[in-house]
Amino acid sequence: MTTSTLDTHLKSAPAAAGGKRRSLKPGWFLVSPSVALLLLWMIIPLGMTIYFSLIRYNLLYPGENQFVGLENFEYFLTDAGFMPGALNTLALVGSVLLISVVFGVLIAALLEACEFWGRGIVRVLLISPFFIMPTVSALVWKNLIFHPVSGILAAIWKFFGAQPVDWLAQHPLLSIIFIVSWQWLPFAILILMTAMQSLDQDQKEAARLDGAGPIAIFWHLTLPHLARPIAVVVMIETIFLLSVFAEIFTTTSGGPGFESTNLAYLIYNHALLQFDVGMASAGGLIAVVIANLAAIVLIRMIGKNLTNQ
Amino acid sequence: MLTLKQSRRLQSVLVGTSSWAIAALIFFPILWMILTSFKTEIDAFATPPQFFFMPTLENYLLINERSDYFSFAWNSLLISSVATLLCMLIAVPAAYSMAFFESRHTKRTLLWMLSTKMLPPVGVLMPIYLICQSLGLLDSRIALIVIYTLINLPIVVWMIYTYFKDIPVDILEAARLDGATTLQEIGRVLLPIARGGLASTMLLSLILCWNEAFWSLNLTSSAAAPLTALVASYSSPEGLFWAKLSAVSTLACAPILIFGWISQKQLVRGLSFGAVK
Amino acid sequence: MADLKIRNLKKGFDGTAIIKGIDLDVRDREFVVFVGPSGCGKSTLLRLIAGLEEVTSGTIELDGKDITDMAPAKRDLAMVFQTYALYPHMTVGKNLSFALDLAGVAKSEVKEKVQNAARILELEPLLERKPKQLSGGQRQRVAIGRAIVRNPKIFLFDEPLSNLDAALRVQTRLELARLHQELQATMIYVTHDQVEAMTLADKVVVLNGGRVEQVGSPMELYHQPANLFVAGFLGTPKMGFLRGQAGKADGAACEVKLECGAQLSLPLAAGGLAAGSPVTLGVRPEHFNIVPAGQGQLRVIADVSERLGSDTYCHVRTASKEMLTIRVRGDFAPRAGETLELAFDPAHCHLFDADGQAIAKRLQQAA
Repeated sequence: MTTSTLDTHLKSAPAAAGGKRRSLKPGWFLVSPSVALLLLWMIIPLGMTIYFSLIRYNLLYPGENQFVGLENFEYFLTDAGFMPGALNTLALVGSVLLISVVFGVLIAALLEACEFWGRGIVRVLLISPFFIMPTVSALVWKNLIFHPVSGILAAIWKFFGAQPVDWLAQHPLLSIIFIVSWQWLPFAILILMTAMQSLDQDQKEAARLDGAGPIAIFWHLTLPHLARPIAVVVMIETIFLLSVFAEIFTTTSGGPGFESTNLAYLIYNHALLQFDVGMASAGGLIAVVIANLAAIVLIRMIGKNLTNQ
Repeated sequence: MLTLKQSRRLQSVLVGTSSWAIAALIFFPILWMILTSFKTEIDAFATPPQFFFMPTLENYLLINERSDYFSFAWNSLLISSVATLLCMLIAVPAAYSMAFFESRHTKRTLLWMLSTKMLPPVGVLMPIYLICQSLGLLDSRIALIVIYTLINLPIVVWMIYTYFKDIPVDILEAARLDGATTLQEIGRVLLPIARGGLASTMLLSLILCWNEAFWSLNLTSSAAAPLTALVASYSSPEGLFWAKLSAVSTLACAPILIFGWISQKQLVRGLSFGAVK
Repeated sequence: MADLKIRNLKKGFDGTAIIKGIDLDVRDREFVVFVGPSGCGKSTLLRLIAGLEEVTSGTIELDGKDITDMAPAKRDLAMVFQTYALYPHMTVGKNLSFALDLAGVAKSEVKEKVQNAARILELEPLLERKPKQLSGGQRQRVAIGRAIVRNPKIFLFDEPLSNLDAALRVQTRLELARLHQELQATMIYVTHDQVEAMTLADKVVVLNGGRVEQVGSPMELYHQPANLFVAGFLGTPKMGFLRGQAGKADGAACEVKLECGAQLSLPLAAGGLAAGSPVTLGVRPEHFNIVPAGQGQLRVIADVSERLGSDTYCHVRTASKEMLTIRVRGDFAPRAGETLELAFDPAHCHLFDADGQAIAKRLQQAA
């Protein structure tokens, strides 16, 4: 990973010059368990995945494991689900990030604007979706909110005399984006709120004396101050959003067609529903490559914000 | 014209009202789930939705009859807490040496660790499944504990690292001069000072383990199945089971939700990942 | 006993040399002060002695034993940090006893030693408090107490007064001097403040750019600075410097022609100095006198004057644009722009060659 720019910011990096000297410091052997475990966790399954991706391996036809080269990759890339899957993944990650950052900043700013009655309770209510397991939130939204007959939204639509919408059937991706945003918005609000509390009050007061209104203060003081927390939100959420699975699994099963299939679900579909381990492995590798591309882009963009303190 | 005091009060009322409205909107699905769990199936499916009804416990009783809630909850609790402890055990030394004995590789290692989290689990599902199968670890708690430890390790290391970074290195050096071994330095000085941060790290790890639904659904069936699996078993209703589904969901989320509410202050303070100085 | 010998000590971070070869002896019961501008390596040197940094090359010996690679805990040294570095989660009493507890000292003995240190430092009423509840000065005393309790071979102080306010700093400075006498301990003290260095030290080590510029008693350093750096670093206000050229020089006297016009003969053994080579003349502010016109060696223009009550510091400019400070009686205050005539005793002058090294030993000790 390209992080050379980060290294120049290291505060102090004691080099063990004069190799024969016994180090007084416990250095790397303390880090090594974590590194070793993570390496194993990455390399062994990844190696197996690479191997599987190069052979024909379908659990429905055991014993036919001959080498097929890149055939699996070809099949996966030309699979009808691949393009929609890739685009849906991007759409899902992008829009949830956008929603949680934009609304996160706005709601956090609102909550921090002034003291009001019950702020503690409001905070508890706001954080709650973060504690709910993805399967449960997907089920609740599917059956209690989005359901075209008994869902809350249907009732509201009917109240205004409109025809209830079958959200998950008619706008599957949008609905899933909604559910996932609901889960991750609280996280953004909380981090941004904590960050706003740490904004220097003197700065704000100086700005106010200089004649800055609330909007100018927000734009010129608060937002720049939030660069780092926003980077953290984007980083953490991307990690989890790239592999959204349970929400799709429990609501739309990727359908209708491939309208709400993301790559994670597509691969799962090949592996566990069609038992095609070879092709699923090829897909897995492609997902890994895409995830790493995203990671590199992301770390390039915000890595500095993450590690410089 | 309003006086300064009046305009302050007006602002407070406006901000308060809109904040409460947003909070209510965001919390509504959870509230509705809890309400529905106390309805009869007929009330649950009624249109328009009923806000006032005769509460009943029949769903909860029925669930306990059909499936052993406590066995699932016990699995969730056991797997989450053991994985969290294990994770802390591996992460603390790593974070300690990264934070206080920074080398030229530290930042890169940290970012690399985070990047392993970006590998989609589906990418390695088959190998892990087959490894578990050949080791006889399918549907075992051990497999989930190991996997959860590993998938949370990068985030846990990172969080602890950011807490340790805030502790003046002087204090540790003082301990070293006072004759503390590395183990005593960590155990008697560093950990007590960082206990707030460690607590919120453990909290986050617990929440993530408790709610993890990919590996638990794919690697367990009954004996080791945690609450996520219990919920999933109610997810494809052969009829209209909204109330029972809500009850089982409430049961699955209640422990971590209550736990989260109690400790939310700590968690919020800790969730900044070093973003707040 | 505590005899510290440092030989050819070097330390580099990432290829940048911080300590560039230092030889130094600290004798038993000595109060040694490392002083120098920020970045001169004084704190690094202290940390090398403490064992908190790894030595790149060279050796450190304590009482004849090589401790260069020894773990800090085994060196039997105690350190007082600039930030005090108190354990925030422990009470004052626990802070004091932590080292002894770790060493497995018997409870009764620990208690006695803690009580003793608390008595010396007047910490008795604070033993149950947490560091957070203490004032800056109290924290400072706890940090010192933590060192006293261990009865170490050498006390190390890393700028211990720099976080205190001015009044407290003066008071604590006196207490430290008293403590040194009372404990009969060996102390090494790092500071950038020359007043602390002058008032506390038996031996001052002036560091600059990772090297020792001069070692000596405070008075030696003040009266016989080895080079321009030491001459300029010690003394407030700073010594004044005048550029000039050497004239005739022999074993007893040296002629100097200053750029600002004056010419004088100094009682210095400057035999090696070639006529015509550039030199710098140094005169301390208190060695200038303002005299009636025609009676002095130097004519200057007054700039700003700082009146302190007891004294007045006049900042003046010479004909060759050099700035000097002169100290005069408190009731005297020249107007800016006024021309003054200055006289100074050649016996109190310092002469430095083109490399900034002091020329020869001065023949007579200044008063």
